[in-house]
Amino acid sequence: MAFLEFVDVIKEYGAVRVLHGVNLAIEHGEVHALIGENGAGKSTLMKILAGFVAPTSGEVKLESRRLQFSSNTDAERAGIVLIHQEFNLIEDLSIAQNIFLGRELKRGVLLNTQHMNLEAAKALARVGLQLDPRTLVRDLIVPHKQMLEIAKALSRDAKILVMDEPTATLTPVETDVLFEIIAGLKASGVTVVYISHKLDEVKRISDRVSVLRDGHLITTRETASTTQHEMASLMVGRDLEDMYPAKSIPSRKASDVVLELQHFSVPGWAQDIGFGLYRGEILGFGGLVGAGRTELFEALLGLRPRSSGTVLRHGRPIQIHNPRDAAKAGLVYLSEDRKGKGLLVDFLLFQNLTLSNLSSYAKPLLNQNAEQRALEKARDEYGIRTGNLAVAAKMLSGGNQQKLSLAKIMQLEPEVVILDEPTRGVDVGAKREIYFLMSALAAAGKSVIVISSELPELLGVSHRLIVMRQGQIAGVLEAEHLNEQEVIQYATGLKSNLGQHNPVNA
Amino acid sequence: MSQPKITPSTNLTKPKLDLSSYGPFIGLILLCVIGAILNRDFASWGNISNVLTRTSLVGIIAIGATFIIISGGIDLSVGSLIALQAGVMILVLNAVFGTLGASFATILIGIVTALAVGFVAGLLHGFLITKGRIEAFIVTLGTAAIYRAVLTQLAQGGTITFTDPKLSSLFEPLYYGTPLGIPVPILVFLAMALIAGLLLNQTTFGRYVQAIGSNEQVSRYAAINVDAVKIWAFVFQALCVSIATILYVPRLGSASNGTGLGWELEAIAAVIIGGTALKGGSGKIFGTVVGSILLATIGNVLNITSLISEYLNPAVQGVVVIVVAFLQRNRK
Repeated sequence: MAFLEFVDVIKEYGAVRVLHGVNLAIEHGEVHALIGENGAGKSTLMKILAGFVAPTSGEVKLESRRLQFSSNTDAERAGIVLIHQEFNLIEDLSIAQNIFLGRELKRGVLLNTQHMNLEAAKALARVGLQLDPRTLVRDLIVPHKQMLEIAKALSRDAKILVMDEPTATLTPVETDVLFEIIAGLKASGVTVVYISHKLDEVKRISDRVSVLRDGHLITTRETASTTQHEMASLMVGRDLEDMYPAKSIPSRKASDVVLELQHFSVPGWAQDIGFGLYRGEILGFGGLVGAGRTELFEALLGLRPRSSGTVLRHGRPIQIHNPRDAAKAGLVYLSEDRKGKGLLVDFLLFQNLTLSNLSSYAKPLLNQNAEQRALEKARDEYGIRTGNLAVAAKMLSGGNQQKLSLAKIMQLEPEVVILDEPTRGVDVGAKREIYFLMSALAAAGKSVIVISSELPELLGVSHRLIVMRQGQIAGVLEAEHLNEQEVIQYATGLKSNLGQHNPVNA
Repeated sequence: MSQPKITPSTNLTKPKLDLSSYGPFIGLILLCVIGAILNRDFASWGNISNVLTRTSLVGIIAIGATFIIISGGIDLSVGSLIALQAGVMILVLNAVFGTLGASFATILIGIVTALAVGFVAGLLHGFLITKGRIEAFIVTLGTAAIYRAVLTQLAQGGTITFTDPKLSSLFEPLYYGTPLGIPVPILVFLAMALIAGLLLNQTTFGRYVQAIGSNEQVSRYAAINVDAVKIWAFVFQALCVSIATILYVPRLGSASNGTGLGWELEAIAAVIIGGTALKGGSGKIFGTVVGSILLATIGNVLNITSLISEYLNPAVQGVVVIVVAFLQRNRK
């Protein structure tokens, strides 16, 4: 008899069945990875376990006893803690206040702040964070927030810990810390369910791996005897072709420089950045989270203040104060924050698609038929898969949302396309499609800048790679020299090839 | 992360009967049936046209408020603004009447005055909110106090009236006229509703207003000139108030500290009852029109059936607003 068992779990939302009778057994004290494409049902299954949603039919058994939670609080009391992919922290409260939210330690009727701060500090130490527990969550950087979520879960004495994409925002070093923590938890008898898209991590950390596809459990295997390639094929249900398109490195004559930054600085984030971007080039930007890559490009687009620097388009200086100026200059930016800055999730697909160049559909009244036709065209060109085009953007899967976002910025017919984490939260199949779309853009003479925290992806698509560290360019690598070790050495400061300053080649 | 896969099905393509958008309309019909049963005069053309005429002024302001609320803002100054505009308009007319007399030019100057004051007020709100980065709530709460105080000062604590009775008779047709047998305010209300519906649903401005209310960050990143859209929304709201002023002045021919008192709440209530979410993002002009008529009808039914003292009218409206907000609380 397994420790934790899902028996014939079915979940329906209205007429849509998202889990088709899942049977899954998880052993006590194992690290069990759960993989599958977006929409496969992983999150739904885990939400049932953690009491957020009730199954339509079927049951979940813990040590042969049927679990019936009326809320997530019930589940946490039973020792089942789910760490969401999106943070569940209150920004205006301190670390300690967040950790003890809802179960504050008291002395009589008053809060025992001192005791809570002390305990919070211990919880932080467990995840390797050296932070004052009185720090406001607002002031933490994203990876620290992720570690705080884990500390919070640990302080709840979890028997079963479910982690949903915990490393999406972590640096390699922090990921190592997390894996040590997971190993420690396993040793102390905690059962861990680990959801991830990163198969290398699954391979590294898990004992067994289960694959979900379209709401069905496909298989559960020993991780040690399953290759990453097999996992990927099981997820998509067919053999995967090459993940990355072939690279055709463009010519780099001085006249091919379409965009150049000189001595560009963003207060607090980037100092004296200089580089040139060539026509038809895919230029990767690597580095650790917090290295200033997103901030650099947000400043370039006029979305945050910059202190100095010159921007040249085809050799002529231009002024960009806001995304409108940028669009006029042929520059577009796809934000890493798809829901917060990229798409209007409550709006219809066509309304999202045409938002940036809506005036071209106004004569002077909006021609919704033309907008509809543009959507149909974009669907075909960008492979946006949805049964129904007349839905809100939030109804699309992550990958399809991202393809819609891409189609949206391309509506402006830009020459320079800046993509920030274009495949975050996107499944393997859609990732590959996005890589090929990028390659097609470059082949059509556009220049693409891609910021990514996933090294394999950066190495796979970039013609040239700039590595940033602490707001500065640490190195510029040519495609033929690209390898992971080298990039990590630049990103962590072990190596630097930029003693001299040479903006165009930089 | 993992969204349920959407299986294509026919019922998704057809918009479902959405209770939230028809609810107020159904409520209005029920209310009319009740009114007609309780008092036979309720359904008379005289009473209906009276209610609709009175609805028009607040209704026109509420149409502007719909844009503001959809964009995620709020304007608390409209009641004070109509008082100030009415006062200034009457003072200007008194001043020019001596030279221009009862002419078309006089009427034009009155109208332009009201529009000009509205335009300036709207720009002021828009700039303070966008460039000054102050909450709309604070800005318009402040200007509401300022406008009403300035009007009271201009009126020296009393009432500003037309100095010449000929001025009243010159403007009277603007409120009391009945082309095609329909009072002018109703026609203007109707026209404004049609224009606003077109503006909201068929123009870039309307789409941007909704986009900004849905997510301002996304709109900014999508190269929309967010500040300009917000400023124009506040100008549009203030111009709606101007149009209400132009209809209001002929009705009473006076302005005092009590003019337009509480209208901002009536206008916002009409918008909320009409199904526009206070948090912004989406809304319907038709809903606002129904909402304002519903509010006025409640008062009317209570009055002519003497179910409740007319002093308590605002209290009943307050209850209706809270009940509607309660019913809508789970949406989105």
